[in-house]
Amino acid sequence: MLGRRIARHGLMIIAVVLLGGLLSAVLVRFAPGFDVDEAQLDPHLNSQSIESLRQARVAENNILHFYFHSLQRAMHGDLGTSLSLGQPVTTLLRQRLPLTLRMIGFALLLSWSSALALALTAAWLRFFAYDAAATLVTGTLLCLPAAVLALLSVLWNVPGALAIALIVAPHDYRYARNLLAKAYSLPHIITARAKGLGELRILFWHVLPVAGPQLLAVAGVSVSLAIGAAIPVEALCGLAGVGQLAWQAALARDLPLLMNITILVTLVTLLANSGADVIGHMLRGQEA
Amino acid sequence: MTAKKCGKTIAAFILCLGLLAGNALAQGQLRFCLRSEPKTFDPLKVEDDASVAVRYLTGGVLLRMNRQTQVLEPELAQSWKVSKDGRQITFKLRSGIFFSDGTPFSADDVAYTVQQLMDPSLHSPTGDSFRSGPGNVETKVISPTQISITFPAPVAGLDRQFDQVAIESAHSPKKEMAVLGPFMVADYKPGATLLLNRNPNYWKTDAQGRKLPYLDSIRLDIQPNRDVEMLRFKRNEIDLINTLDSEYYDRLATTSPQVVHDAGPSLDSEQMWFNEVAKSPLPAYKKSWFRSAVFRRAVSQAINRNDLARVVFRGHAQPAIGPISPANKFWFNAKLKPEVYSSDTALKALQSQGFRMENGTLKDKDGNVVEFSIITNAGNKYRERMATMIQEDLQKIGIHVNVVTLDFPSLIARMTQSFDYEAILLGLTNVGLDPNEQMNVWLSSSENHQWNPQEKTPESSWEAEIDRLMRIQASSADAKKRKEAFDRVQEIAIEEQPFIYLVNRNALSAVSPRVQGASPVILVPQTYWNIERLSVK
Amino acid sequence: MTIWRRVACAVLLLVVGVSLAANWVAPAGYAKEYRDAPDAAPSRAHWLGTDDIGRDRFARVLYGTRISLLLAPAAALLSTLMAALIGGLAGYLGGAWAKSAMAVTDLFLSLPWLFLLITVRALMPLNVSPLVSVLVTFLILGLLGWTSAARVLCSTAGSVRDSDFVRQARASGIRGMRLFWIHVLPNLKPVLYAQFWISIPAFILSEANLGILGLGVAEPMPSWGSLLRELEGMVSVGDEPWKFVPLVLLILVVTSFQLVLSKQEEVAA
Repeated sequence: MLGRRIARHGLMIIAVVLLGGLLSAVLVRFAPGFDVDEAQLDPHLNSQSIESLRQARVAENNILHFYFHSLQRAMHGDLGTSLSLGQPVTTLLRQRLPLTLRMIGFALLLSWSSALALALTAAWLRFFAYDAAATLVTGTLLCLPAAVLALLSVLWNVPGALAIALIVAPHDYRYARNLLAKAYSLPHIITARAKGLGELRILFWHVLPVAGPQLLAVAGVSVSLAIGAAIPVEALCGLAGVGQLAWQAALARDLPLLMNITILVTLVTLLANSGADVIGHMLRGQEA
Repeated sequence: MTAKKCGKTIAAFILCLGLLAGNALAQGQLRFCLRSEPKTFDPLKVEDDASVAVRYLTGGVLLRMNRQTQVLEPELAQSWKVSKDGRQITFKLRSGIFFSDGTPFSADDVAYTVQQLMDPSLHSPTGDSFRSGPGNVETKVISPTQISITFPAPVAGLDRQFDQVAIESAHSPKKEMAVLGPFMVADYKPGATLLLNRNPNYWKTDAQGRKLPYLDSIRLDIQPNRDVEMLRFKRNEIDLINTLDSEYYDRLATTSPQVVHDAGPSLDSEQMWFNEVAKSPLPAYKKSWFRSAVFRRAVSQAINRNDLARVVFRGHAQPAIGPISPANKFWFNAKLKPEVYSSDTALKALQSQGFRMENGTLKDKDGNVVEFSIITNAGNKYRERMATMIQEDLQKIGIHVNVVTLDFPSLIARMTQSFDYEAILLGLTNVGLDPNEQMNVWLSSSENHQWNPQEKTPESSWEAEIDRLMRIQASSADAKKRKEAFDRVQEIAIEEQPFIYLVNRNALSAVSPRVQGASPVILVPQTYWNIERLSVK
Repeated sequence: MTIWRRVACAVLLLVVGVSLAANWVAPAGYAKEYRDAPDAAPSRAHWLGTDDIGRDRFARVLYGTRISLLLAPAAALLSTLMAALIGGLAGYLGGAWAKSAMAVTDLFLSLPWLFLLITVRALMPLNVSPLVSVLVTFLILGLLGWTSAARVLCSTAGSVRDSDFVRQARASGIRGMRLFWIHVLPNLKPVLYAQFWISIPAFILSEANLGILGLGVAEPMPSWGSLLRELEGMVSVGDEPWKFVPLVLLILVVTSFQLVLSKQEEVAA
């Protein structure tokens, strides 16, 4: 039963990932500026050279053909070549993925732990001054542009992961705080408190099982937020990760690179959210 | 110890001293930033700024334009001769020179490089600069140190073009990674850092006979963000900023005036132009405005260039006069006068064409409100500010301007494919002095004839005249004749205003006190043009 | 606590009031360029100094408040409602509906919407009025900003659907959309309030970032987002603390919103 469920999930993930790749390719292909190159503006180039620049993208004009051809090559481990950087996409991702994964992983750990700690305390204490202070801090972080947080991390020589954590944590905090406050206000919790049950027992036996699935959903969503935050942070801090690569690829309309990055991001997002769903269902005592 | 042994000891000691002296200044690492990732290390395929920088640092060239004196100097070629018809150049090469991997350098390598460069399938800007006419380029190796190269048609400024041609080895297994320049690529971390080490086989020595370069290595960090670059300079993490923003110049000047350098007006210009493409999807009445020289001149007169230079560039720019910056002393037409800012004159000129003011709004003779958009590339704060100031200036004569910032590919698509734009504000970066580099801008049939590209035949008499004059200057080897022709091109450009030239920015840079021997200039690369003679404390 | 909520309401009303009175408070307007005093420090003539091309920053903050304070909450409301409908309904219906909706949501989260926005800009005429440009921008933000909350709402709605009181309501004959609107949706409010509150500053900042694509507020019209972009010159801002005023104002407004909303959150809890 569990095996069949996992297999169904797996198939669904593959289907969505493939659809994501195709849709991203379509978006990139039909966006203005796709088949132009900044190099065209070089006054040294003659008309034949400019024409050859235009022809470099001819293979990508038929997007369906390009996409299925790319999938065929991907089966053999060839993810194509980046047009803007002139290197195999496989090499680029292999070089840059570890840094981004480490950074996002550390950022998420920091974000979840700080957000959860703050939210639990706020929901448990229900002390207005504490809540207001936490709101002020998280509100300030929400109001700071991601570029400013990234630049601050350069200014203060702190890791880029911290900047990402500061971008993601306010979202996690706000959702978590509201969900936990809601859970703590349930009648059976009030009853348990009235009956003198210890706070830790209430938290682990009565609050977390109720709020857990939603908190996991928040955690799953925060993975996407962290991936999105990684782009400006890496670009501004000069970190050679996938986020920086994605930004360069977007500016250059580098279809092979963008398509593969989107597939990767879709896969990670789906795995994170599906994982959260599965564990959430288990917590609820239901079959996933 | 016998006298003989003593002599040998002394000789050995002197030899050691000599070696030490030869390397006395060979120390230290220079650190600065590249604003983008270099796309290639093959000097023949270089297109982007970062790759140009790497080519400058690693490539050995036959002739080098001294960026300070603007005089062409011998490098790998100890002498050269250009034929009277401008089609042939003969080089006498230095002997005893080796590539970084030990492969000997000879005329064969020059022949190989030229043949690779002129391969029609290469499509490189450097190669296209030499392509003055149809036909093949012939290389004749006269001896290991002598070679002549013959082009099918005259090439304007033929010898100066070789400043951009880094010689590749015909025989080295390392191909383009075997170099003749002062440095060679040692390590590359994509997206992060490029490390160049000194080339142990570099042929040049200084006046005292010491081997060059003085530096051990150069570390180039990939850093697109100028704020971060500035921060790192202030923290002494990098040693120079090659092109410094005006406000950062002023900030550094107040705290550390010795580190900033203003070399005066650069060769670059900021300009705007109107869409004059007949097949553009603009309404007919707008096309008639933009194709009117009176309209263009009026708009030009209504723009306060002094304010643009003073406010946007904090005084580190000068109002532009024409297509050539006054910094280009030989080619600048000194007879040209700067545009005088006058809203009244501009309005009168428009009124003479049937335009009229109604409640603060300008309308054409058919009652259409004069309104158009100026597009520029997002992220360039100078252009965004200039566009906003131009919007305010034109509002004074009733013209309503919409400023639209677009990402660069979208802007290029409108400019070169759909022609769906009204006015564009961009800049022209001039790498060299010779106006022939702008050939593809002025020729009406060219792709880069930006206001109306690829005209089958010139659509106006003045464009036909410019075509004729540009062909004269391209085919003549007589500098005086070329200057006369191009002076006239500049005059026509001012009369007809296909481009409304706005400002020439100053060449601003910052150099750490740690760096010795730096003397920033206006020509690219401004701060490290004499890289082999720079050292760090 | 009630006094703090009152203070928060007063702050919001004050900010809105002063911004609406901008025509009288800053009659010179937001576009006038004092070209002899670019990047000036605060003075009697310019209370918050001037920007890079000499425009009065105080006037720009006032006029920018109108746009951001009106449109960002409207876009946040739109995204919240969409999240409630898509995520909430999917969670309530459960099964294949929930799985499909969440798969679509995950897809939405992953796609590079930058290119859709570029295409939208390309389809709009260049001479579009600033008002239309701003409305389109915030509409797009509202239409794209629902995804993260939808996921959480789906999970929450699923939990609520299986709770005892909902089972009881179903047993007593309440079904379908009535059950959703009356019993399920109110229990989603904690997440909805969180989504609304987070979206306001997020959309204000996103509007400025969309300027890079030609969307957003066009010059010379100001917005908080464009004013906050001045902070990106971090190297210099430390010496010019008056540039932080739009940030302080935004924090004040966002915190006030939360204090006001917290009353609703308590009621919802």
